Amino acid sequence: MHVVVCVKQIPDPAVPGALDAYNTLQREGKLILDESDSYGVEMALQLVDAAGGGEVTLISMAPNGEVSGLRTALAMGAAKAILVSDPALAGSDALGTAKVLAKCVERAGGVDLVLAATESSDGYTGTVPAQMAELLSMPALTFAKHVEVADGKIKIQRQTEAGYDVVEASLPVVVTVTAGVVEPRYPSFKGIMAAKNKPVDAVTAADLGLADQVGWAGARQEITGVTQAPARQAGEKIEDDGTGFEKIVGYLEKLKVI
Amino acid sequence: MDFSLTEAERDLVGLCRDFAQKEIAPRAPLAWEEARCPTDLLREMGALGLLGMLIPEAWGGIGMTTVGFVAAMEQIGLADQSVAAAWQAHVTIGSLPLYLFGSDAQRERWLRPLAEGRALGAFGLTEPDAGSDARGITTRAVRRDGGWLINGRKTFISNAGTDMSFGVTLLARTETGDDTRPAYATFVVETGTPGFTTGPKMRGIGWRGLDTRELYFDDVWVADDHLVGDPAMGLSQFLRTLEVGRISIAALSLSLTQAVLDMALDYARQREQFGQPISKFQAIQFKLADIATELEAARWLTYRAASLRDAGQPFLKEASMAKLKASRLAVSAASEAVQIHGGLGYMLDSPVARFYCDAKVLEIGEGTNEIQHVVIARELGC
Ligand SMILES: Cc1cc2nc3c(=O)[nH]c(=O)nc-3n(C[C@H](O)[C@H](O)[C@H](O)COP(=O)(O)OP(=O)(O)OC[C@H]3O[C@@H](n4cnc5c(N)ncnc54)[C@H](O)[C@@H]3O)c2cc1C
Repeated sequence: MHVVVCVKQIPDPAVPGALDAYNTLQREGKLILDESDSYGVEMALQLVDAAGGGEVTLISMAPNGEVSGLRTALAMGAAKAILVSDPALAGSDALGTAKVLAKCVERAGGVDLVLAATESSDGYTGTVPAQMAELLSMPALTFAKHVEVADGKIKIQRQTEAGYDVVEASLPVVVTVTAGVVEPRYPSFKGIMAAKNKPVDAVTAADLGLADQVGWAGARQEITGVTQAPARQAGEKIEDDGTGFEKIVGYLEKLKVI
Repeated sequence: MDFSLTEAERDLVGLCRDFAQKEIAPRAPLAWEEARCPTDLLREMGALGLLGMLIPEAWGGIGMTTVGFVAAMEQIGLADQSVAAAWQAHVTIGSLPLYLFGSDAQRERWLRPLAEGRALGAFGLTEPDAGSDARGITTRAVRRDGGWLINGRKTFISNAGTDMSFGVTLLARTETGDDTRPAYATFVVETGTPGFTTGPKMRGIGWRGLDTRELYFDDVWVADDHLVGDPAMGLSQFLRTLEVGRISIAALSLSLTQAVLDMALDYARQREQFGQPISKFQAIQFKLADIATELEAARWLTYRAASLRDAGQPFLKEASMAKLKASRLAVSAASEAVQIHGGLGYMLDSPVARFYCDAKVLEIGEGTNEIQHVVIARELGC
């Protein structure tokens, strides 16, 4: 089984970020593997294992030829990567990104399954995987909290507000997985060393035949303004005077959880 | 001269930092509390390659330098000293006799599972009547039926009684009635060998997550292939192994000192008395400045000993100096760090108290500090 995982390399969330003049996140420094995508990588490795063989290919679009995050995912066990890094990609909107990733999937060739996170952790619209699926003419199965593959078919549990739906499709498909769907492994020391020599196919927008459809020129979305998220409100404190439990039960009833 | 790390060493440090902060730090305190060796964590470290630290890849290890091992220890020990203690005992004294002195068949059979992290190694030297005076051991191995019959008792042995332990590499006397001088040889006794039993896990002031026990050998018969290396060289094999163990205890001491310094500094900045953070009082500042200065000195001594070993040069004196200096510092720094925390630091619920309890043994294990003095003085020519 050949699984492609979309892997975003993002600025370290532990370091305060900054916006550039176009309201997009500055990505000049070292980039790391988006934790959201580590679930897809782990899921891919497990599925290939369960299938009794195959390969995991990573695809990533990132500035400055950045590979740090890719090396982490390669160290976890992915076989190879395709990296699209090109100044011409700066300013790409979600659809532009989806076009690039779809071309990468085609370049990878013979793909059974494309995995992505439901959304990235840094800047996101949550639309890229579905757009990519459309461009690839593959079904998009989203919000998977459990994935099974057998006999050329995939079955997922799709997270809903009430619980989950079971959704099935024939391969190949695009699947987005939720955070926490599997426990991502730590790369072993040998894995980290081996990752240094795994192939990373570095390509440009022109190599993918997308030169004029991406970047600022191709973008149809524009970020017109950014506002601070409201500070989290302090929670309600309940002093326990012996009837604390009643107040908590009342509160849970109000939320309709009990 | 500096001890800047290679790329592979930096990668190892990153891996250890990540695992220590995300897995060891949250999970190990409970194991300490329950006086239980967290072999789940040790197995996970094994899967990452960390249990084969100083063993070449050919035998299942990662072939790390001693400098890299010290740097890795600085991360692991920052999170928890018991896990770090079990880990380092396995990596150095638990594995090295088989690597340094074993035959290829013995390495394949016993070292590979240790290096690949599937089993835990132990080193059996100390006996109730022979600690510092290693020559005084009385555990005996005599020739019997084409093998050896072992009788005796070991004490304070780490890593031999867990659900992950492979057994023990032990030192026994082998001279016969005709010999005028004592002779010592190294043997492997595997868990489950008839006659080999262990006492209950001993209760220490600290290192409560470490499994330390008495081991009993009652007519334990092992085949000839369980004898490790030259049967006349057992004692020197054990002493050579301990040289590396001393660098390791020095590194463990560095990590403890860094941990308590970090905690004391954090607390001093946030605790207010007399209308200001206590870090504004010179009495507190000087304590912190002293610990930080001594830590830097001990760190350089430890990395120096490690880099000598990596360069294939003698490092006996430097390893003893590093162990002496760093373990003393760990004990005094832990005490001062508790002092800075006041009553809170005395309470076992505060992490600094756990590290305080863990400190004392650093002056005792793998050669007491008195013995380090003896070694250093001998090296000076006294
Ligand atoms: C938690 C823990 C784990 C351990 N794990 C292991 C293990 O895995 N394997 C193993 O073999 N051992 C292990 N040990 C044993 C440890 O190495 C010994 O405790 C140590 O070597 C000291 O021996 P002793 O306890 O018999 O003390 P003793 O040798 O009886 O010493 C008592 C005191 O006398 C001093 N003294 C002794 N001789 C001299 C001298 N010549 N000059 C000056 N002072 C002297 C000592 O420094 C000490 O202060 C462990 C110990 C502990 C506490």
